[in-house]
Amino acid sequence: MVKSEDIGTAIKRLLPDAQVSVQDLNGGGDHLQVDVISSSFAGLSLIRQHQLVYEALKKELATEAIHALALNTSTPKENT
Amino acid sequence: MDSNTKARIQTIINSSQIMVFMKGNKLMPQCGFSNNVVQILNSLGMNYETFDVLSDMEIRQGIKDYSNWPTIPQVYVKGEFIGGSDILIEMYNSGELREKLEIALAS
Repeated sequence: MVKSEDIGTAIKRLLPDAQVSVQDLNGGGDHLQVDVISSSFAGLSLIRQHQLVYEALKKELATEAIHALALNTSTPKENT
Repeated sequence: MDSNTKARIQTIINSSQIMVFMKGNKLMPQCGFSNNVVQILNSLGMNYETFDVLSDMEIRQGIKDYSNWPTIPQVYVKGEFIGGSDILIEMYNSGELREKLEIALAS
């Protein structure tokens, strides 16, 4: 189980400008929907964008503190 | 990941034009995300093969290192990793997936 704010903190450590929103899909803290908006994604393929977020959450994913993660990434421009 | 596991993974990937590493199989996906991918490929009428990572822990861990992608399912088209559940859904919704698969399978 992971607290939402910890996820935001972990992502911002790698992507300082990121706007992060976390939804707990089943109340258990390990099935999450995470939306990340960052200018660092500009010009990157979806795979690279998601890999960056996975990199930031490597520990939580490896220990399966996060069991299921639905991810949505975009740049600030795409998002307006 | 040892070279033997890597070789096994490459053999599996190359055994089908579209290869899906998933939890369960086409008829009985064992996870919602794996099921998303199966439903998408079925709706596009694609021929694909699957590998049940629940049946082989070495492959289950190895595939994550192989593609530097920490989650299952993983979809490979002609040996190229194209994404997991989220990306397949996004590409499917934008129409990019059908286009990418048709181009890859035609060449």
